Amino acid sequence: MDTMPKWAEVVLVPLISLLLAAILSALVILGIGEDPVAAVKLMVTGALGSTYGWGYTLYYATNFMFTGLCVAIAFHARLFNIGGEGQAMLGGLGVALACLYIPWPHWSLALIGATAMAALFGAVWAAIPAFLQAKRGSHIVITTIMFNFIAAAVLNYILVNMMRPQGSMDPATARFPDATKLPTLHDLLAPIGINFSKAAPANISLLVAMAACIFLWVLIWRTRLGYEIRAYGHSESAAKYAGISPVKITMIAMIISGALAGMMAINNVMGEAERLVLNATEGAGFIGIAVALMGRSHPLGVFLAAILFGFLYQGGAELALWTSIPRELIVVIQALVILFTGALDNMVRMPLEKIFLSVRAARAPKPKRKPVEPAE
Amino acid sequence: MDYMTLIQLLDSTVRLATPLLLACLAGLFSERAGIFDIGLDGKMLAAAFFSAAIAAISGSVWLGLLAGIAASLALSLLHGLASITFRGNQLISGVAINFLAAGLTVLIAQSWFQQGGRTPSLIGGARFNPITLPFADQIEPTPFIGPLYAELISGHSILVYMAFAAVPLTWWLLYRTRFGLRLRAVGENPAAVDTAGVSVIGLRYAAVCICGVLCGIAGAYLSTALQAGFIKDMSAGRGYIALAALIFAKWRPWYALWATLLFGLFGALETRPDVIEALIGIKVQGQLLGALPYVMTVIILAGFVGKAIPPRAGGEPYVKER
Repeated sequence: MDTMPKWAEVVLVPLISLLLAAILSALVILGIGEDPVAAVKLMVTGALGSTYGWGYTLYYATNFMFTGLCVAIAFHARLFNIGGEGQAMLGGLGVALACLYIPWPHWSLALIGATAMAALFGAVWAAIPAFLQAKRGSHIVITTIMFNFIAAAVLNYILVNMMRPQGSMDPATARFPDATKLPTLHDLLAPIGINFSKAAPANISLLVAMAACIFLWVLIWRTRLGYEIRAYGHSESAAKYAGISPVKITMIAMIISGALAGMMAINNVMGEAERLVLNATEGAGFIGIAVALMGRSHPLGVFLAAILFGFLYQGGAELALWTSIPRELIVVIQALVILFTGALDNMVRMPLEKIFLSVRAARAPKPKRKPVEPAE
Repeated sequence: MDYMTLIQLLDSTVRLATPLLLACLAGLFSERAGIFDIGLDGKMLAAAFFSAAIAAISGSVWLGLLAGIAASLALSLLHGLASITFRGNQLISGVAINFLAAGLTVLIAQSWFQQGGRTPSLIGGARFNPITLPFADQIEPTPFIGPLYAELISGHSILVYMAFAAVPLTWWLLYRTRFGLRLRAVGENPAAVDTAGVSVIGLRYAAVCICGVLCGIAGAYLSTALQAGFIKDMSAGRGYIALAALIFAKWRPWYALWATLLFGLFGALETRPDVIEALIGIKVQGQLLGALPYVMTVIILAGFVGKAIPPRAGGEPYVKER
């Protein structure tokens, strides 16, 4: 059923959805009595006008790449993982344990160890809802939502009662040792003669996130497992008939998904804060939903959408700093993107399909009419 | 624990259970008609803001309530548009609505009142004030029954009594009327309803609208009765707890009452750690108690205690075959 050419499917539909979201966002800014053009200008200079701005944009984008990939891989198996937030929180706990209790000799080893711990903790937190869905039939969306709240409570408890250094009032862990300090983009780009801002938090995790994008592309489109995941996502009954185990695919897809969300912690906990604080994820797990929807669950799309949201996030922070527009504007834009690229997808698609069908019908040669034979 | 402490505890249980109950019944209507709604929280939040804002501007809490219901209804219609008319993913639409409400309320609050995303404090007629039931003062000196009547049953705002009245009303509507039968049928087997010549789309929109109205009352209760004014993110995940209660209640109205009262009790205990300590002798962390509704819901969902079976056609858009 190819009613639309591929380019329209991949480029036109998301672009129109995005445009609708942008128009409505502009109307919202107008509605609260501000100038949308000036706001966009401020966002562009604030987020992209300096290496400092770029450093923050890329830092946020790194978070969103991980959480976007997390939602995307689950989408391929037709699972909706809303639990990225909780999985990323638990990933932070893994990173904190790895950095605080293991004496790493060098940051590169610490990065590998912390990544493994983050992925493990995130994967475990996703594996429980996955198991409950696969074996006990409880709805994964509800369980992952519940697990977000449970994660927040558990983390709160652990930070306040166990990992808080003595004498500190702040519900946070001690600062990680210097050996675990990740190189920032400033450190990485200085040898090749680029003077990148020293203050910005973007760090080597960006490269890990990009590697994760490539890994996921290979996994989904170039391996047997990826084929099984997509087949299961397209039709559960067909996949079952082909000998693909639903339990296995649900578990594996969710474990990879949770591991990716957990890995976000190497960026925000290890790379930026250098200690685990309460609410370290700042909603990045939810932004992953918008990123995955906009990126059409394709790793390249997720990469681009993550950078766009990184720009929006940093631009929004600049707006809140220099104008009276609160930071929540970004939440509205995020909601509109989810609404138009996700829930109202058919609103854009249906009229487009009609247009393409009518164009095709006009181009195609008219079939010759058979003379109608009189009935006997 | 003495008798008065118990009464106080139950009193705050009722207060905290009321918004959960309203939101839970809201979700019940929607999900029984086959429309999943994880946007309960967002609708409550929007209603909380608009009812507080209009009440603050007009000085009339009833106008505020209407505004709150209207805001919640508007989001419900958006949900209906996405999930019924355009057959989109109901869960994604719900997520979008939650974020839309979380962002827009702060944005508009800042633009209207410049108080950092809150409304001015509501006073006098801009709030739902406690109602003293007849003879409460006369009965109060009576031992046992007196405090029970005067403290626990009397002295709530009208919305509390409305919420409790909504339970038998919902039961009657769902199980004793033609509309209720059709509503339940459309959540189980929409094709059969369609074959019988009843509009699936119309029924589902009706259910979503009822959901919007109830969520609107729940939100208005938060900002004009439970507290005096709107603050950022004041729904504080109550929509999700209501969703949990709905599963706990197995999508039935009377069970919904017990489930929300239970979760309300957890909320009340969270603020009284001394009571828990006196009761079971161990110091329990408030944060862990707050997570209890979620843990219990996961256990129920997993079918370890009883089995929660959702409406069969839930979450699936209905496509008429051509």
